[in-house]
Amino acid sequence: MNGPLEKLSRRDGVSRRDLVVGATLVGGALLVGCSPADLMSAGSKVEPGAFGPFIRFDPDGAVTVLSKHIEFGQGNHAGLAAIVAEELDADWSRVKVVHAPANAKLYGNSTAGIQLTGGSSAISNSWEQLRKAGAGARAMFVQAAATRWNVPVDQITVKDGVVGHASGKSAGFGALIADAAKVTPPESPTLKDPKTFTLIGTDRVRRKDSLVKSTGAARYTQDVQLPNMLVAVVAHAPRFGATVKSFNADEARKVAGVVDIFQIPTGVAVVADTTYAARMGREALKVEWDEAKAETRSSATIAQQWRDIAAGKGPSDLKWEAFDSKGDAAAASAGKGARCSRPPTTSPTWPMRPWSR
Amino acid sequence: MTSTLDINGKAVTVKAAPETPLLWVLRDELGLTGTKFGCGMAQCGACTVHVNGDPVRSCVTPIAALSGAKIATIESLGGTHPLQQAWVKHDVPQCGYCQSGQIMSAAALLAQTKAPSDEDIDNAMSGNICRCGTYQRIRAAIKDAAGLTAAPVVAAPQASNDVDDDIAAASGSTGRGAGQ
Repeated sequence: MNGPLEKLSRRDGVSRRDLVVGATLVGGALLVGCSPADLMSAGSKVEPGAFGPFIRFDPDGAVTVLSKHIEFGQGNHAGLAAIVAEELDADWSRVKVVHAPANAKLYGNSTAGIQLTGGSSAISNSWEQLRKAGAGARAMFVQAAATRWNVPVDQITVKDGVVGHASGKSAGFGALIADAAKVTPPESPTLKDPKTFTLIGTDRVRRKDSLVKSTGAARYTQDVQLPNMLVAVVAHAPRFGATVKSFNADEARKVAGVVDIFQIPTGVAVVADTTYAARMGREALKVEWDEAKAETRSSATIAQQWRDIAAGKGPSDLKWEAFDSKGDAAAASAGKGARCSRPPTTSPTWPMRPWSR
Repeated sequence: MTSTLDINGKAVTVKAAPETPLLWVLRDELGLTGTKFGCGMAQCGACTVHVNGDPVRSCVTPIAALSGAKIATIESLGGTHPLQQAWVKHDVPQCGYCQSGQIMSAAALLAQTKAPSDEDIDNAMSGNICRCGTYQRIRAAIKDAAGLTAAPVVAAPQASNDVDDDIAAASGSTGRGAGQ
């Protein structure tokens, strides 16, 4: 988890304008341009609901799970909601998932401390937290029903979002919200024995976002449109590490709709009324790049250098650090032909665009 | 200066200059954001719409070329098109960003070829790339929507222990297709 944090802290001192521009441009990389301190204070006024920060109930009994992780194809929204629904004994068909608002205190990644999705951490860092959230809310509904029906708590059952009693009395979550919201949440609710899970680990857990992602209705960062919103694009360096030496924006400023052009740490930003105008403005821009510190090797050259290093022909001052010095890897893999190489890639495992709230 | 376009069955007057690609008119001026911007150079298919029933890359199609043409976007399918139902049934989308374009290409295929073969599907869908690699489910969903039984998924050939070839594959062609 150090990687993203390090990247973030290197961005300290970036101006607010840079942040706004960066956020507009990069869309999903909304984190770019924010310091950890900014992230920690963002949205600090968000209050958790009566049932905690992760669960809301609609009067009709529908359950909304607030996901602290973004969904960009991993399927984590279904997985996270299933954790809540399992302990809550909710009706899975009536469980919805939305992205949580900005509030690192409530929705921070338990590992990284900031609101961060990555490193395959979504389920693992939410597992206990969401189980407790679901079990806690369930206990509140159980207590509310027991009080209303004047029966012992341990005689109350919950199944598919319906709270019941052997006497035949039953009520959906919706009918009990007001009473349940007044119950003091248990500090350490009893969690299910995983052997009794009816949802987690079954085929019933299906994606919740397939329809909106099949109709064009799913809103991605680039789809966010606000009144009087401007659009910015950046002329990025053609090589990693290159910086702007100088630029001439005379022609770019003549493009209808272009509002402003200025240098930012990663290149030259063109701000315009519309995306098309911004793109045309960027096309008309003349930028001279300083490639003194740029990466100029080709992918093929880098790959060959990696192979050379692996074959013991690398630079003599190269320092190797064993990942784990226990055991004898050579002996363990002897005769098994376990050899593998991976190409260097400039393409991280990111989606084309992340989903937005 | 304004232009009149026929979009999703309605005559729409737009202000954009005639050379503006349809994509930006749909998204920025008309708020039809279901059509996505991927590459801007007709290489990825995310911006696919129908023009007179044919799949067209809206990012490189100036509106000047569309006078009198019938334009249809993902929004025109209404959410209950057989392909959309099949997409949900098979949980096709992952990040979902390319899927509007995938579905529009598939819809044009099914409108013209009721019972597409694997080859028909590969040919029709080869211009739509998916960063998540949902191709197997796309093909299965197209067959499902066409009322055909999808061929069983054949296990990929065992990878060799030595995958040095990955380097050539990664730096060369993208080596993809609906069947790969």
